[in-house]
Amino acid sequence: MALLELTDVRAHYGQVRALHGVTLTVEEGEIVALLGANGAGKTTTLRAISAMVAREGTLRFDGRPLGRTAESVARRGITHVPEGRGIFGELTVWENLQMGVYLRRDRRAAQRELAELCDETPWFRDRRGQQAGTLSGGEQQLLALGRARLTKPRLVLLDEPSLGLAPLVVQRFFEVVRRLNAEQGVTVLVVEQNAAIALEASHRAYVLEVGRVALAGPSAELAKDEAVRSSYLGY
Amino acid sequence: MQQLLQQVVSGLADGSVYGSLALALVLIYRATHIINFAQGEMGMFATYVLWALVTHHGMSYWPAFVLVLALAFVGGVGVHTVVIRPLARAPELTIVMATIALLVVLNGLAGWIWGPDEKVVGSPFPNNSWNVGGVLVSEQSVGVIAITLGCVLVLWLFFRFTKVGLALRASAVNPQASRVLGVRVPWMLALGWGLASVLSAISGTMAAASFYVFTPSYMQSVLIYAFAAAVLGGLESPLGAVVGGLALGVTVNLLGHYVGWIGSDLQLPVALAALLAVLLVRPGGLFGRVAVRRV
Repeated sequence: MALLELTDVRAHYGQVRALHGVTLTVEEGEIVALLGANGAGKTTTLRAISAMVAREGTLRFDGRPLGRTAESVARRGITHVPEGRGIFGELTVWENLQMGVYLRRDRRAAQRELAELCDETPWFRDRRGQQAGTLSGGEQQLLALGRARLTKPRLVLLDEPSLGLAPLVVQRFFEVVRRLNAEQGVTVLVVEQNAAIALEASHRAYVLEVGRVALAGPSAELAKDEAVRSSYLGY
Repeated sequence: MQQLLQQVVSGLADGSVYGSLALALVLIYRATHIINFAQGEMGMFATYVLWALVTHHGMSYWPAFVLVLALAFVGGVGVHTVVIRPLARAPELTIVMATIALLVVLNGLAGWIWGPDEKVVGSPFPNNSWNVGGVLVSEQSVGVIAITLGCVLVLWLFFRFTKVGLALRASAVNPQASRVLGVRVPWMLALGWGLASVLSAISGTMAAASFYVFTPSYMQSVLIYAFAAAVLGGLESPLGAVVGGLALGVTVNLLGHYVGWIGSDLQLPVALAALLAVLLVRPGGLFGRVAVRRV
C-alpha cells in the first residue's frame, strides 16, 4: 500500500481551476519529484495535499482519507515546507526550531533530537538568538528543513527548495535531503523547477502539464526521455 | 524637585493605564492587522461588571477583580468568535467598522443596563502616602503601577517562555507556516483576543480607580491616549506600547503641572502635538523598526 495516494484530485482558486485530476502515489521511503513548467500545478498539488487550497477527489495517507484543514493534515505527520520556506522571520533561529517540536508529545526525545541536529549543523546553536529573517536564503532553507525534521515527519513536502539559491547551495541542500532519506527513511515529495537536480536526487518523478500528470516513471529513465530532455532539461 | 518627582509618579500611574490598553491594541494589531476601536469600551464594560459585583453582590474588591479578568477573557474570546472570525475573509476596513459598531453597542448597552450617571467603584488601594525621602508617593499611584505592570510582566513571560505563547507569536508572524506545523491558528487568534480583553479590563478598572468616578464614556479619552502610546511605540512593538504609554503619562502630567496655560483642558491636544512632533522625526515610532528581510 502506498503511503500517499492521490486519485483524480482537482483544485481551484476561486473560479480558476488549477488541477484537472491529478493521480499519483508516493511509497514509504521514496523521494519523488514533481516536475513541470510554471503554472502546471506543482505547487497546487502540494497545497492540495496540505489542505491549503479547497480540493476534491480522493487523498489517502496511510490508507485513510486526509482531513480538510491544514492543521489536521500536519497532525497526520505530513510536514510542508512551503515556497519561500515558511520561516518565521521575526522569530529567532531557536524559536523557529522550537516550532518544529510544537506537536511532539515526546518532549524529551524531541529536545534530544534538537541537540543532535545542532551537533550536525552547529550554526543553529551558535546563532540561535538571530532573527531568522536575516539569514541567507540557503541558511533559511536549511533551517526550514531542520524544523521539518523535528516534527518527526512521515512525509515531507518540499516546495521549490532551489528557488533563489546559488547552484552550489542547491547541491548541498539536496545532499542533506538524500542523506535524511537514506539514513532515517524520511519520505519526500519535492516540487522542483530545476529538473536536472531533482531527477538526480529522486527515485521516481512525475511530470505535470496543465494540471494533469503527463509522464511518470523512475527518475533515471525520465532523465533519458527525449521529451523530458528537450522540455525540461534543455539538452 | 519633590513636586517634580510626585508628578512623575502620578504620570507613571496614568501612563501604565494608557500603556496596558495600548498593549492590548498592539496585540490585536499584530495578530489581526486591524485597530480594535472597541478596546476601551471592553475595559469599560468589565469595570461596570466589577462595580456590579462589588455593589450589588457584596463581593470584596480583589476576588471580584480576579473574577472580572476571567470574565473579560471569556468575553474577548466571544467577541472574536462571534464578531471577528466570521469576517476573517472580509476586507480589513469591514472588520474595523465592526469594531466601531462594537464600541457603540457596548457603550449603549452599559448605559442601558446601568444608567448614564456617574458610578463610584472606589479604589482598592489605601488613601495614604508614603514619605520617601521627603517625596510624598501616593499608595494609589504605586498600586496602579504595580498591578498594571505586574500583569504586563506576566503576559510577557507567557509569550516569551511558553509553548503556547510561542505558537501565538508564530501565528501572528506567519499564519500559513504555523498551520502546516499543526498550530490551530483560529484558536490562537481567539486566545489573543481574550488576552487583549484582559488587558483592557486591567486598564479600565485601574483608570476607574484613578478617576474615582466613571460613566459609560470614561474610557474614550483613555483610548485616544492609548492609540497615541501605541503609535509612539511603533504599533508593532509590545515593549514600545508600554514605554510609549508611560512616556505619554509622564509628559502630560508634567506639562499640565508646569505649563500654566495648558492646565487640564489642553492636555490631550498638547499630548497629540508632542506625538506628531516625535513621528515627524521618527516616522516608525520610537520602537518601530523597518522589517529586516532578505529575499
